[in-house]
Amino acid sequence: MKRLICAVTAAVVALGVVVGAAFAKQAAPASTKTVTVSYFTFSAAPDHLNTLKALIQIFEKKHPNIQISFQTAPYSDYFTKLQTQIAGGQAPDTFELDYGTFYGYATSGALMNLSKVAKTDPTFKPAIYYPKAYQAFSVGKTQFGLPESFSDVLLFYNKDLFKAAGVPFPTSKWTWKDEMAAAKKLTNASKGVWGDYQPIQFYEFYKVLAQNGGAFFNAKKTKATFDSPAGIAALDWLLSKPGTVMPTQEQQGGLADDAMFKLGKFAMWHNGIWQFSAMKDTTFQWDVVVEPAGKVKANHFFADTVVASSKTAHPKEAWEWLKFLAGSHDSVKARVGSSWELAPVQDKAAFSAYLKQRPPVNRQAVLDALNNPVLTPTIKSEAQLQDIVGKALQKAQLGQVSAAQALHDAATQVNQLLVASG
Amino acid sequence: MVGQRGWRFRLIVALFLAPSLIPLIMFLIVPMLASVGLSFASWDLLTHPRWVGTANYRGLVHDGEFHAALLHTLYFVAGYLPLVFCGGLLLALALHQRLKGVAWLRTLYFLPVVTSWVVVALVWKWLLNPQYGIVNRLLGFVGVQGPGWWLDPHWAMPSIILASAWKDIGFTMVIFLAGLQAIPEEYYEAASLDGAGRWSRFRNITFPLLSPASFFVVVISLINNVQVFDQVWVMTQGGPAGSTSVVVQQIVQNAFSFGRMGYAAAMSWVLFGVILVITVVQLRLQKRWVVYA
Repeated sequence: MKRLICAVTAAVVALGVVVGAAFAKQAAPASTKTVTVSYFTFSAAPDHLNTLKALIQIFEKKHPNIQISFQTAPYSDYFTKLQTQIAGGQAPDTFELDYGTFYGYATSGALMNLSKVAKTDPTFKPAIYYPKAYQAFSVGKTQFGLPESFSDVLLFYNKDLFKAAGVPFPTSKWTWKDEMAAAKKLTNASKGVWGDYQPIQFYEFYKVLAQNGGAFFNAKKTKATFDSPAGIAALDWLLSKPGTVMPTQEQQGGLADDAMFKLGKFAMWHNGIWQFSAMKDTTFQWDVVVEPAGKVKANHFFADTVVASSKTAHPKEAWEWLKFLAGSHDSVKARVGSSWELAPVQDKAAFSAYLKQRPPVNRQAVLDALNNPVLTPTIKSEAQLQDIVGKALQKAQLGQVSAAQALHDAATQVNQLLVASG
Repeated sequence: MVGQRGWRFRLIVALFLAPSLIPLIMFLIVPMLASVGLSFASWDLLTHPRWVGTANYRGLVHDGEFHAALLHTLYFVAGYLPLVFCGGLLLALALHQRLKGVAWLRTLYFLPVVTSWVVVALVWKWLLNPQYGIVNRLLGFVGVQGPGWWLDPHWAMPSIILASAWKDIGFTMVIFLAGLQAIPEEYYEAASLDGAGRWSRFRNITFPLLSPASFFVVVISLINNVQVFDQVWVMTQGGPAGSTSVVVQQIVQNAFSFGRMGYAAAMSWVLFGVILVITVVQLRLQKRWVVYA
């Protein structure tokens, strides 16, 4: 009973807050002196708080009339808190979103229209951003967010294991076939060493689908097309790995894949550039390379954005802060200096410092991967979409249904979802 | 006399009740009533709630995921209840004797009850780890290939049931112990004089006189465990492939992950209805089997 009551209580307290907020009309203070802009972030805590504080100091020095107050939350709690604040009429003036959640917020009317402000601001030049990253945060022709940071996924490989097995290192010319051939040679299941690791989940699936020349949705996003022959073949490619060149879930026994790579259990590992700092002190040599191609090359492109609330009382000041946070030279430099993700800007000077850092040696691959980006398929009901596809992939992996059946069932559900959520 | 129980008396009563009554109304009664309204609305927390009539309830009728979650919940309860009932009863009988160190043993068995579910679930996840867990290791010594436990869709729910029974068995034990202590010793003496054996004494004295305790255990266990959530969330999150999804987990997921507050509220009220029906049926049936000595 207690749990049920808790869930119900949480829902309704939120409702109460909304009603309360509707009555408490905002008394807009005459902004003659200092204005405080609030900022809510998941990416700063706990590792980059000092960098953020330093950035705020620089910003406040440049804009003496604006003060920034920030709060942080871990990614896993961030969106629950944010939703509750917005529902309660207490939305932070500015906050972070990731690409997957952006679309839902932008279409719900919670975000400030940045195109309007940008037009009246001669100092703002969208050309400084990497174009795909800038476009990623618009809906139709309206810009709702500025690209703050990006990351992508590469093929990590354990050089020592390759040398020991006498297999040449992977190159950017590799295809799926080369990867599988090498993985087979590198696998030594009795020793618990596996040639490859590529998890079977939503994010990997939509990428291999793109690598295999398929599309997730039709052009108008009214129908799911991931159950096409290209999609089935892509899933079969993922399914061909566990039990042969990669541990099954039971063989992996719930150990995290990053821990296993660090222990030298994987020769190849598909993972993101955010793992660079965690893998700094391995006992073996490793490097990265752009992922092997299927029919074509396709690489994940993940981006975070900074946005302003449509309800903010200080749109101009919020805009200044967003501009500074995403794309100013100060901000780009500070991020690179503290390995706090990369800003998606065309700032060669800042990137050269990044490319000089070691390991890995082949950091250029991070930028090369941007030549063939594939973005996360997003719809308004993003969490439900990922839940449906994720479950279908699990069923296929457990052998409960064939790849074709799993994808067909998931596509049927997603189509219903597209109709329901408009 | 009647005058003393007038408004003045009531005011004093209200005053003394206020410290617990006000939070109760604010954080329980009002939210519960408001959630009735919410269950007829569509609300994603970002935009204003929209009245949708009975659409949420009608949606539940056709929601395969919700039906699966209801079935999984019943499966859980059906596996869990006999284990904690029989296990708790056996433990209570064993520890109802004047043995050395019995108090210490009782404490030991009760310890899991007051331990956080997150801790217990994590420990059981490791015990039942198919690759590195001690359970499969021990099974291996006697030549049995252990199952995949929480990573295997057929074994995931039994894993959760096992962990849950282990945690709660101490609670039912305490209830039964209290029940046992209320049975007068004379009954047993009289029965012994008449030549009743151990089994006969248990069947004809202990079990019937323990029926109020049994009834309490069944009612409380059902009410609590139709709402099973914590252990599922920590051990499997409803997986693998949805094989352990339960109703409260669906409520949480719909409310806080999918942004479907109204739908989740409707689910909560359906669950409330299910619990209410189960409990009312039990209260009706108790007259046929519960004996108050």
